[in-house]
Amino acid sequence: MEELLTEYLPILIFIGIAFGLAFAIVAASLLVAPSNPDPEKTSTYECGFEAFDDTRSKFDVRFYLVAILFIIFDLEVAFLFPWAVSLSGIGIFGFWSMMIFLGVLTIGFIYEWRKGALEWE
Amino acid sequence: MVEFWTAYVWPVLWIIIQILMFLVPVLIGVAYLTYAERKIISAMQMRIGPNVVGWFGLLQPIADAVKLLTKETVLPTGASPVVFFLAPMVTFGLAMMAWAVIPVGDGWVISNLNVGILYLFAISSLGVYGVVMAGWASNSRYAFLGAMRSAAQMVSYEVSIGFIMISVLITAGTLNLTELVLAQSEPLFGVLPGWYFIPHFPMFIVFFISVLAETNRHPFDLPEAESELVAGFMTEYSSMSFALFFLGEYANMIMMSALITILFLGGWLAPYDVAPLNMIPGVVWFALKIAMCLFVFIWTRATFPRYRYDQLMRLGWKIFLPFSLIWLALTAGFLVYADALPG
Repeated sequence: MEELLTEYLPILIFIGIAFGLAFAIVAASLLVAPSNPDPEKTSTYECGFEAFDDTRSKFDVRFYLVAILFIIFDLEVAFLFPWAVSLSGIGIFGFWSMMIFLGVLTIGFIYEWRKGALEWE
Repeated sequence: MVEFWTAYVWPVLWIIIQILMFLVPVLIGVAYLTYAERKIISAMQMRIGPNVVGWFGLLQPIADAVKLLTKETVLPTGASPVVFFLAPMVTFGLAMMAWAVIPVGDGWVISNLNVGILYLFAISSLGVYGVVMAGWASNSRYAFLGAMRSAAQMVSYEVSIGFIMISVLITAGTLNLTELVLAQSEPLFGVLPGWYFIPHFPMFIVFFISVLAETNRHPFDLPEAESELVAGFMTEYSSMSFALFFLGEYANMIMMSALITILFLGGWLAPYDVAPLNMIPGVVWFALKIAMCLFVFIWTRATFPRYRYDQLMRLGWKIFLPFSLIWLALTAGFLVYADALPG
């Protein structure tokens, strides 16, 4: 417990300093700089005309698809981390277990490729 | 009282001093990276570049910082104020946080975590949040589209970065960054440096290109493709909140160069452990290697035209992902069957 604390305490302080610094920089500029907002200045940037409707509406579903695919592969990477460092202990059996797991995911990957989930025309 | 001082206050104070000794050089490095970028690109385009403020324009970054500080912060009417101001802080804070585990010399590290590389991987994944928050909070078409593109691009290349990291980890047999560097100290075949960019050369190249995409740098700077999206997710930002995005992006570049240095270029190690080379301190080697990586970042920017978005996604998912996965299987298979696993 003591050892864990000495390893992670600097990171906690680091996070505090990093975000404190970020906050201080924005606050300093808000204090120092002038502020005279007017309706034209604070309107949303468009190329010369008024915005027709709200931005937060429909967007292309492919971005969502990419995010889902990412979750699958990122989880795979997360499983690989402990496997990579313990490979010398688990030997050939451990190696082939992971290869079968990767093989299953590769079949899924080939399926999504053939289905056209990776196409952006 | 004295015991309280020596047991609690002084260690914490010492940690804060150490952190400041890390952060101040990083911030100065970031400021002068912007200067170096302008100077190098101008030299490559036969221009002079910034040369008015100070000798050879050396005070230009400071002048820029002062200018941005005194500019008005505009809060767009449609924006969500809290998220709008939080987004640049998240980007900047995360870019700084990553430095907590990076060893710049033997034992010169703030926190020598035994899962250092996992921490770095986690922090660089979180970088997407700053971008998405900025795009959503701005409530502007350009910012929204830029954020969507940027998020999709960052997560796509994150996957191949992860696989390449695993290939290197199998070779080194550790998640600790210091041990990862020390694992590269054994010369290869007795003559070449033991740095992993030699055995993993194809992955070194793929990793570098993925890092360019991950940090939204040229030729993959589609989120801020200025000819179509104005400034991408930063469109509505001004003053210091814009500067934080800018600093965050450049700090990420330096951090990613440090990661390349640790994974592939032997960290703070000298190429050969012989008399004139090993007398130079490790920190100097580390800084030199980072500077070299950053030069290639800037060189790429001056050389290549921007990718199209479909080309970018094709490269990430259809080429880099299968390639790095096959390389991972090959590395593991070779090390298991050649009985060459570390540890």
